[in-house]
Parts: sequence; C-alpha cells; structure tokens
Amino acid sequence: MKANFVKVAIGAGLLAATALSAPTAASAKTLVYCSEGSPEGFNPSLYTAGTTFDASSRQVFNRLVQFKRGTTTIVPGLATSWDVSADGQEYTFNLRKGVKFHTTNDFTPTRDFNADDVIYTFMRQFDKNHPYHGVSGGSYEYFNGMSMPDLIKDIVKVDDYTVKFVLNRPEAPFIANMAMDFASVLSAEYADKMMEAGTPENVDLNPVGTGPFQLVQYQKDAVIRYKAFPEYWEGKAAIDNLIFAITPDSTVRYQKLKAGECHVMPYPNPADLTEMDADASINLMSQEGLNVGYLGYNTEKEPFTNVKVRKALNMAINKDAIIEGVYQGAGAAAKNPIPPTIWSYNNDTVDDPYDPEAAKAMLAEAGYPDGFTTDIWAMPVQRPYNPNARRMAELIQADWAKIGVQAEIVSYEWGEYLDRTKKGEQGTFMLGWTGDNGDPDNFLAVLLGCDGVGGSNRARFCNDEFEQLIQQAKTTSDVLERTRLYEEAQLVFKREAPWATIAHSIVFEPIRNEVVDYKIDPFGGHIFYGVDIKE
Amino acid sequence: MLGFLFRRLGDIIPTFFGVTLLVFFLIRLIPGDPILMLAGERGVDAARYAELQAQYGFDQPIIVQYFDYLMGVFQGDLGKSFVTKKPVLDEFLVLFPATVELGLTGILFAVCFGVPFGVLAAINRGKWIDHLTMSVSLTGYSMPIFWWALLLIMFFSTTLGWTPVSGRLSVMYYIEPTTGFMLIDTLLSDEKGAFISALRHMILPTIALGTIPMAVIARMTRSSMLEVLGEEYIRVARAKGLSPLRVIMVHALRNALIPVITVIGLQVGVLLAGAILTETIFSWPGIGKWIIEAMNRRDYPTIQGGILMIAFLVMGVNLIVDLLYGVVNPRIRHKR
Repeated sequence: MKANFVKVAIGAGLLAATALSAPTAASAKTLVYCSEGSPEGFNPSLYTAGTTFDASSRQVFNRLVQFKRGTTTIVPGLATSWDVSADGQEYTFNLRKGVKFHTTNDFTPTRDFNADDVIYTFMRQFDKNHPYHGVSGGSYEYFNGMSMPDLIKDIVKVDDYTVKFVLNRPEAPFIANMAMDFASVLSAEYADKMMEAGTPENVDLNPVGTGPFQLVQYQKDAVIRYKAFPEYWEGKAAIDNLIFAITPDSTVRYQKLKAGECHVMPYPNPADLTEMDADASINLMSQEGLNVGYLGYNTEKEPFTNVKVRKALNMAINKDAIIEGVYQGAGAAAKNPIPPTIWSYNNDTVDDPYDPEAAKAMLAEAGYPDGFTTDIWAMPVQRPYNPNARRMAELIQADWAKIGVQAEIVSYEWGEYLDRTKKGEQGTFMLGWTGDNGDPDNFLAVLLGCDGVGGSNRARFCNDEFEQLIQQAKTTSDVLERTRLYEEAQLVFKREAPWATIAHSIVFEPIRNEVVDYKIDPFGGHIFYGVDIKE
Repeated sequence: MLGFLFRRLGDIIPTFFGVTLLVFFLIRLIPGDPILMLAGERGVDAARYAELQAQYGFDQPIIVQYFDYLMGVFQGDLGKSFVTKKPVLDEFLVLFPATVELGLTGILFAVCFGVPFGVLAAINRGKWIDHLTMSVSLTGYSMPIFWWALLLIMFFSTTLGWTPVSGRLSVMYYIEPTTGFMLIDTLLSDEKGAFISALRHMILPTIALGTIPMAVIARMTRSSMLEVLGEEYIRVARAKGLSPLRVIMVHALRNALIPVITVIGLQVGVLLAGAILTETIFSWPGIGKWIIEAMNRRDYPTIQGGILMIAFLVMGVNLIVDLLYGVVNPRIRHKR
C-alpha cells in the first residue's frame, strides 16, 4: 500500500514536471505576443486590417523607405537614397545591395534583392494585365485608396539597383505612401517559381520577404510562429523566436499577460487599466494615437453655412466631460485636425474655449437668439477615435440644449451611415480618421480638401485659402516649406471651424517588465524588431 | 432497421433545401453592404464599387445568385470567403476538429457527471443530497457561459496557476496538425509533454461548455428515474430479492435513459451555441468564433457555408440519436 502510494506520488511529480517544463531550445529567446485576431492573409497589399499588417508587413517584409520605429519620420529602407526631379514628378530610388530573401520549404533564393522585385511588387498592383494582378482575389484596396493608379504614370527599371517612378503630377506625400504596408516588397523570383509550379496564390499564403522575421507556421485562430532571419540586412533580431498567440478576448489577454503566458498584448480593456497600472510586473505604456475624432458640420446646409453658428456650437461643447465620460480618460482633447504625433502639428493653435455664455451670445449675433433645431448623427460602431458615439452624441445634445439648440440623435447601420453622410444628408455628424502614412496631407487634403466633397470630406468644406495652402504643400517636396504651409492651414481650419475637434485617443500597451526597448508605433502597429527580453 | 434509416434520410433532403434557402436570404436581410463595410471610413469610388459587385456576383439578380450558390454546394463548393479569399470548405475543415474535440469532451463531461448526479438525486429523493445536486445543477444551468468561464480562468489559472489561461496547447510546442484533434496529434508527435499540455488546456473550456448540458442531463435523469422507480416491474425486481444496485443500474436506469438520450441529442445544438462564447473566451480555434467574425464582416460565403455545415451536423446527430433509440428500445425500431 505504502509502496503504491510512493509510486503514484512519483508519477504525479513527473507529470507535473513535464507539464511545467516547456521544451526550450537551449536558452533561445522567445517573445510571445497575445494578438487580437487572425490575419486575413500574408500579402499586405491585398488587405487593409492592422491585424494583417502586424502579422505580415511589420515582421516579414521591408519597404523602399520605412518609418523610423516609434515615429512617423521617413528613413531609408530597401532604398538607400532617392532623388526627386525638379518638377516633382520623378522619384528615382537607389536600391540597397546585398539584401537577402528568406529561404522557406517552397523556395530557396538564388539572388539578392534587386530592381526586379520592386517592379514585380508595384506592377502586380498597378497593371491590370500583369499575370499576378488577379491572384488571390486581386483587390488592392490600399493601393487604390491612396489614388496610386491615378498618380503613377510608369515604373521603370533603370538598372539592377535603380528604379524610377514617373508620376502624372507632383505629389509630395508619395514618398510617405512608399513607406506604407501595401508597398512591402515581395520576391519576383519566388513569384516566378510559384507561377511555373501552378500555385501562384502560395506567394500570398507562405510569404517570402526580406524582413527581420520569417514565417514558420500559421494555424488560423490559434498561433503564428516566426523565427529571426539570421541574414537580415540590419542585423539579426535580438529575440530568436516570435510567437503570436491569437487571443480575441481582451480580458483573457490580460489574464495571460498576468500569468506570464505572453509578454506584450494590444488593445487592453479600459476597465483593466487601473489594475494594470498598479501591477508591478507590468509596464503600462501609453501614447496619443494617430487619429482624430470629430463632430463635423455640413457646411453647405443652413444654418451651418454661417461660421458664427459653427463657432458658437464649438464653444458650447464641454470636451473635458466627453473625455471623462466617453473615452474614460483614454483620450486627449484635440484642437487641430491632425494628431500631435504628426509633423507640422501646430502647437500655437488656440482651441475654442468651453463657454456657454459666449456661445449663446455668438449664436444671437448670428441671428439665432432662440437657437434652432438640428440633428446629430452618431456612428453605430466603436472606433479607436470614438469608443462610444451614442454617448458622445447625448453629451453634446445636452450641451447644446443649454444654448437653446435642440438636436435629435440620428443613427444608421454603418454602411448606410457612411453612404448617407457622404451624400450630405446630415446637419452635424460624428466621425474620425486614423492616419495611413503619417503625412499631414492624409488628414487635411483627404478630409477637408475640395476634391473630397461628395467623398471623405463629409463636412463639405471647401475654402479657397485652405485649399490653396494644401495644394501648394502637395507640390513641394521641401519638408520645411510644407511644414509652414500646413501650420498655416491649421489656423485657417480653426478660424473657419468646419468641425468641432473632439479628441485623439490614447493608445495603451501593457508589456511585461522583462521586455526591453519596446516602442509604441504611432500607426497602431506592433513591431518586434529591436525588442529584447531581459534574462 | 435499414428501412428506418432510409426513411429518416429521406426527411433530410427537404430540410437541407430549407436551410440553404433560409440562410441565403436571411443573411441578405441583415442591413449592411459587405463592400461598404469592408471599405469603412475610406470609402470606395463608384467604378471600384461596380467592379467589386461584379467580382462577388452581386450584380446578378438574387435568384440567379441563389441558384449559382446551390449548384456550387452540390459540387462541394461553398464559395470563397470575401475576407481571406480562401475556399470556405477548406477553412471549415481546418477549424472543425477543434470544435468537435471540445464538443466531445464537453458532452462527455456532461454525461459523466450529469447522469450519476441525476441517479443519486433520484434514489435519495427529498434528502439533502437531492437538494444539493439539484440546486447545484440549477445554478449551473443559469450561469452565463462567458461569466462562468472568466471566473474559472481567474480562479484556476490566474490565482492558483493550475491550468493555462487559454489556447489549445502551450505555444512552446510546435505541432503540425495531422488529424486536427490536438489530443491525438500531440500523442502522435515526439514532443515530450505536449499531450499533457493539451490535456491541461482542455480542462477549463470543457467545464465551461459542459456545465449547462450537465445540469440539463442531471435534472432529466432525476425525473426520468423517479418515474421509472415507481413502476411495478421495479417493485417486482426488488421483491425477487435482486440487489439494489442491480435494480437501479439494470432495470431502472436502462429504461430511464431513453428521454435522457433525446436530451443529450438536443444538447448538441446547445453545445454549438455555447461553443461560440467558449471558443471566443478560451481563444479556441473552432467554427463558432469563425462564424461570429464572418457575421460582423458580412462575409456571406463563410456565414452560409458555416451554417449549412452546422445544420448538416445537427441533422446527422439527430439521425444517430434516433438510431440509438432503436438500440436502447427495440420497440421503436420495429414500429412502422
């Protein structure tokens, strides 16, 4: 009996020991990231979701130019330098030599990265007759969304290490577009090989890139494994293995972080933030997001054609109460239409003060002493820039009621909402924007330029002075000059008040203490090159 | 028996048409244009919109779309996902084993605890043990799954550290899926400790998923047993001097089990519904979570394909349950 008991005890002990000791390949450093979902695929040019970019472009690929980690500053990537012609319509990229592609089960590269890879990457998206254009559904939403088909006239291979992009018009933000995820460079040699083998879609499922990590295994909704690419051109990553443990529920992600089952987690539940902050084993990082949430006025509709009405309504909104009640503290009041992490952000802009008395007086001055009735359109979805549009609408409704403006809250299903606001059916509406390429043009021209009326400019704001400034800034590639123009444009914006700028969300990223050199990406990405784990 | 099987199979065909019809048209009634949903704030211009409509076949009349879909289904083609652009059937087959594995352990848990609890409560009717099991099962039945699952995680994983928080296997193990069933794949692999890890990962999701069916089964077993225990043949069996255990296990339980089997069969639907929540919370890569995500994105082919496959599954299980009746009770199989 006693002997049996001992046997059982030893057995149980062994069991426990095997259970706890995971197989570690001789002190290899492994970083586990509890990601929020499965990627749509592994070719970033085909998709638009951040989750997909985290799994593909941000680990596996490089671009001609890149964003310096943690900033929106453009630095050389696969191109060591670039020249812009005097007319601003030709961009010539000098390519980096000695860059290796990953070796996978399907593919062993026989040459280094060169101009053919760049041509393949962009021609696939640009040329509708390219043999790869229709592969994997063939919809290049970001390439189209950034108006690249209209912008690009031709892409020319000058020699093996020089590529020239010829544009239809001068467009300074072009260089920032080249740093975006859709511009990730794929291997032309791999594509040719897969086409020969009759399995072209493999290029998009089993990626071959030049990036710091290479894909080892993907199991949908479960796990993505990468290993550091030893021949990476910037030097091998400090960690050896990178694992994405796909964990869709934010509360569960936090439990996993606490239990040490992962090192970094995205998108914490706002309700958990206080506890995370107090946890000694967790470092709660935060930064303002590359976004803006706003309430726009339909500037073509009475009474919002009158700038005094818009100003008065701006002054009636209690932003602090909104940040407390809607963002639960995870937001910073916005005064400009661009977030502070973007270059050319104008610090000198003076925000409309919260002053119901002055608002009322200004409304009377505009010819509405007794106020008027209108509507507030509230989005039906949660967005980083606006976590609860309905609640925000209720707060603004109450604020406006105090100056005599009676507003009815209107909401539609999301697709319908976007469509109707585009057509201008609204009086006032809520929306926001998350930046794509860190260029001020991506906010100011897209959301407030005359070309955007009937499209993404839902305030239907078209002001000559503002338009001139942003058009001028588009055509010069001198960053100092562009900065000056955009700073001025922000002042015009504030004076004309087509929106009430509400807030920029604050992004929180809890990481475990042993993680070093992690940086929050202003674009909302999660980048693990340059990150290390303390022993 | 064979005739019975064919008759039941004959019933499945109209059901199948009904399901395709319902699913196809109902999801198109959900407001929200999939193309606009995908485009979001960025929007899509009119030319591109028309191009995408043509690509997805939305430019065709809806009846034509339905028949195209139906023809595809007959050829085993459930279409391609709007989001991942991969064949729906391929995605389903990858994720399905995970749901089945959890469903099986869930129902096993429910039966292994539910039936004995029910029997125990029945033979101790009115005593404390009856009250205890019945109030426990009522609590289990009323507990929202997501809340119960989070409680389990917070207590067993975070506080006590006995079980992993979520997932199917520790990420430290590298297993290539062969059968898709983690318990089998880990046994087949030469990674030491992977099987134990898979087993430990199963515990909490199994409990979370199996609790409601367990409560239902326990209550059903109890009432069915009580009914049977009042029958005359039980009194006869007792009078003949058979041991109480034999009377309960052989004479009473076998007859009491018929309604219980029906209930177990019906629990498959409950398990699949519960799987949606359980899979989301425990990051379990199954079809419940997959369909929910597809609904949020209006990914029509995935929703259609997923629901059709689930309907097939439920019909299949019901068929098996009907056949099982025949095994337990020969009278049913001979009835015309």
